[in-house]
Amino acid sequence: MQRDFRHTLNSSHLKPGDLQLKADHVKLGFGGVTALYDVSLSIRQSEIFAIIGPNGAGKTSLLNCISGLYHPQQGSITYYTGKAEHEITRLKPYQIASLGIARSFQNIELFRHMTVLENLMAGAHVHMKTSLLSSMIYWGKAQREQIAFRRFVEDIIDLLEIQAIRDQPVGSLAYGLQKRVELGRALAMKPAILLLDEPMAGMNAEEKEDMARFVLDVNEEHGVTIVLIEHDMGVIMDISDRIAVLNFGQKIGDGTPDEVRQNEAVIKAYLGEDQSTAPMKMIEL
Amino acid sequence: MPETLPQYLLQHAQTTPEATALRERNYGIWQALTWREYLDHVKFFSLGLHSLGLVPEETIAIIGDNRPEWVISELAAQAVGAKSIGIYQDAVVKEMVYIFNHADVSFVVVEDQEQVDKLLEMWDDLKGIRKVIYYDPKGLRNYTEDYLLYFPDVEEMGRKFDEENPGWWEARVALGKESDLAILSTTSGTTGNPKLAMLTHKNLLSMGDNLMSIDPIAPGDEFVSFLPLAWIGEQMMSLGCGLQIGFTINFPEEPETVQHDIREIGPQAMFSPPRIWENLISQVQVKIEDSTKLKQSMYQRALKIGYEMADIRFRKETPTFVQKLKYFWADWAVFQEIKDQLGLRHLDRAYTGGAALGPDVFRFFHALGVNLKQIYGSTETSGISVVHRDGDVKFQTVGTPIPETEIKIDESGEILVSSPAVMIGYYKNEEATKETLVDGWLQTGDAGYFDDDGHLIVIDRAKDVMTLHDGTKFSPQFIENKLKFSPYVKEAVVFGGDWPFVTAMLNIDFANVGKWAENNHLTYTTYTDLAQKSEVYELVRVRVEEANVDLPPAARIRRFVLLHKELDADDAELTRTRKVRRNVVAQRYDDIVSALYSQSPHLDVETVITYQDGRTATLQTRLRIEDMGIKE
Repeated sequence: MQRDFRHTLNSSHLKPGDLQLKADHVKLGFGGVTALYDVSLSIRQSEIFAIIGPNGAGKTSLLNCISGLYHPQQGSITYYTGKAEHEITRLKPYQIASLGIARSFQNIELFRHMTVLENLMAGAHVHMKTSLLSSMIYWGKAQREQIAFRRFVEDIIDLLEIQAIRDQPVGSLAYGLQKRVELGRALAMKPAILLLDEPMAGMNAEEKEDMARFVLDVNEEHGVTIVLIEHDMGVIMDISDRIAVLNFGQKIGDGTPDEVRQNEAVIKAYLGEDQSTAPMKMIEL
Repeated sequence: MPETLPQYLLQHAQTTPEATALRERNYGIWQALTWREYLDHVKFFSLGLHSLGLVPEETIAIIGDNRPEWVISELAAQAVGAKSIGIYQDAVVKEMVYIFNHADVSFVVVEDQEQVDKLLEMWDDLKGIRKVIYYDPKGLRNYTEDYLLYFPDVEEMGRKFDEENPGWWEARVALGKESDLAILSTTSGTTGNPKLAMLTHKNLLSMGDNLMSIDPIAPGDEFVSFLPLAWIGEQMMSLGCGLQIGFTINFPEEPETVQHDIREIGPQAMFSPPRIWENLISQVQVKIEDSTKLKQSMYQRALKIGYEMADIRFRKETPTFVQKLKYFWADWAVFQEIKDQLGLRHLDRAYTGGAALGPDVFRFFHALGVNLKQIYGSTETSGISVVHRDGDVKFQTVGTPIPETEIKIDESGEILVSSPAVMIGYYKNEEATKETLVDGWLQTGDAGYFDDDGHLIVIDRAKDVMTLHDGTKFSPQFIENKLKFSPYVKEAVVFGGDWPFVTAMLNIDFANVGKWAENNHLTYTTYTDLAQKSEVYELVRVRVEEANVDLPPAARIRRFVLLHKELDADDAELTRTRKVRRNVVAQRYDDIVSALYSQSPHLDVETVITYQDGRTATLQTRLRIEDMGIKE
């Protein structure tokens, strides 16, 4: 009658509140277009950090810089694990992933023909230590390791309440469920930081509510740091600890939800010049 | 001889300590609890409750999915002389508050954060609840209310108590008497607040004993407990029968995985309300329609043979060799596979109860070789009082009384029951008790009669039976069941008693009609939109015509409407066990009912819907009313 989690989903050794990731004057351009101008921010252990901004503000570019898909031309990104300090600005995505930074994508990037369970197991295999050959023989250590992974993955299935679709191919699932599986796969890496790119895009109110609860559970129960891009202001204001606002590749403000709500530059960027009703609208947002 | 449920538990733990008592699918695998472990959990939780101050005759409430903790909590309370009451998890706040206060609940055991949140929300309206105990701690880490306790922590308190007072618990259990109250069970009253039937250990155990004497389930047999444990049917099977006999109770992983989990277990016995059986048929029908032409023709052929065999058995004739051979083929080629898919392959017998099941559904399962039997009973009779005997199944009837049960029909045609399983009364409701229990006879409120073979035939709720315009008495449920046999019709409400002819209000089955629409390249947006498509009306019209063929002319449906919203228990249109509350529906949709009896081909309706977060919206729709073209 085990009900509690048997594993932690968090691989960080930092204490809550410690500096975990620092972006220092990051600049990114594509040819003549500059996507990020001089963006600096710091993310602390166990917080939910939201990045908001209008379309094309550079939110996803920033996330891509952190996860190594893009390499900024200037500036640096430093990641602290508690045991060491890694400069990850020039690292390859897989190297960054193995350091404990996991992410989900705006468009779902799962193995569509594999089952939910297989997708999650694939996520966990970052930590696999046995060789290809011994895995094929599946005996002794390899077998024990596989069983241990399965136990771990079952905790994620339990957390995300996807028991009923465990053996279904991902491609046959409803969109909201696929999003949930993608979150699960990122968790299967046992991340220290979880980067979520619009986890609630295209969902209805009920699905959003579920997803917000799962994100909170991951954060509260396991202390995983979450960096989140999302357009639904209601959700952002509800669940975030701190928010950074980007506009045209520049950071125009950051702080707690309340501070951001009061920030003149943010209100202007979001609502144009007419500010007479702006603070009210921002609260509604 | 044990007299109470906890005494039976002790007995099993002594005679077969290492046999499997409970099984739960968790983390993707079946996890077993032996009788010894089961006993330990009950004992320590029970002592934990005792050290928290639970005293005999108090009530604990239990809310949650079917899990070992559910039955452990129930037995734990009973072991120290208290009683339990199960509450449906989807009960609305108002209903819960009523039950908590009316039943004087002092401890509540809940599953998880969702239920804890609900309780916190209503906390100010609750009186007398001392502790809330949860067993799934996820999300509850940061809750600081001092009345919240974690299930294993309570067990730990019990363990300490046992170390200091060894033997105390066993002695306390031995004090239990068969006349002690075991549970309060909510009746799904079709009006107002639920009544709470008081059932003793004797009630539950005698019912179980009498049922098992005619339909034995052996220790080691499997049973899947997937219907709400707050429902008397599940109490009866999992505790009244299960604990007495000692067969294994299996709990599914999640409500959504029930079908899959039943298939993995392959139970020997099943008890479900009609809804479940109807769903199974719909599933088969829809899947067959999706399969290849060859498979479809095999299925049709086999089903014909199956029906033939079922009818032979219903007539109690002996099949010829050729008939047997044909059935052997049909069973081998088709039925075994279908039964395997549905998890019914190892079934010795299956019961349906709670409401009437359509004859077509019955014939279907018997054609497949599933020994499906109707039962008749109620919360007030601890579950079953009448059942079909093996080999004596007549689908118009509900069978014959189980041992120790007397049934008689009074002058008005109402069914009266007397047996040791009849409740001792309604909790804190003298008036209702007096009305319902007269000289030891339970007034069921159902109308019925005995046929020549001594089988009981239940017509309907006495107040629902309608007199048609030609004077014949007719059961609306019978017509509704005929309509619901179609996979496209989910719910049906038939009117006719006080009216010149019969009409029906139907709910389409969103999933199945949606799939049909997809296959026929019909686009739609919402439930309402789909229900009002003329193609869908055509589809349903054919089913109504089919149903009409078998009905006497006066009972045929002349006009019907496809409702723009699904009938919902949250709106009190259905009971929690999904029985239609006819009077509520008639009242709420009185404009639609009058339109059914007018000449007009359509009706504009406006409905206010309440979302789960409390927001409301107004919906405007034009409902089409279909005329079947039947004249006087």
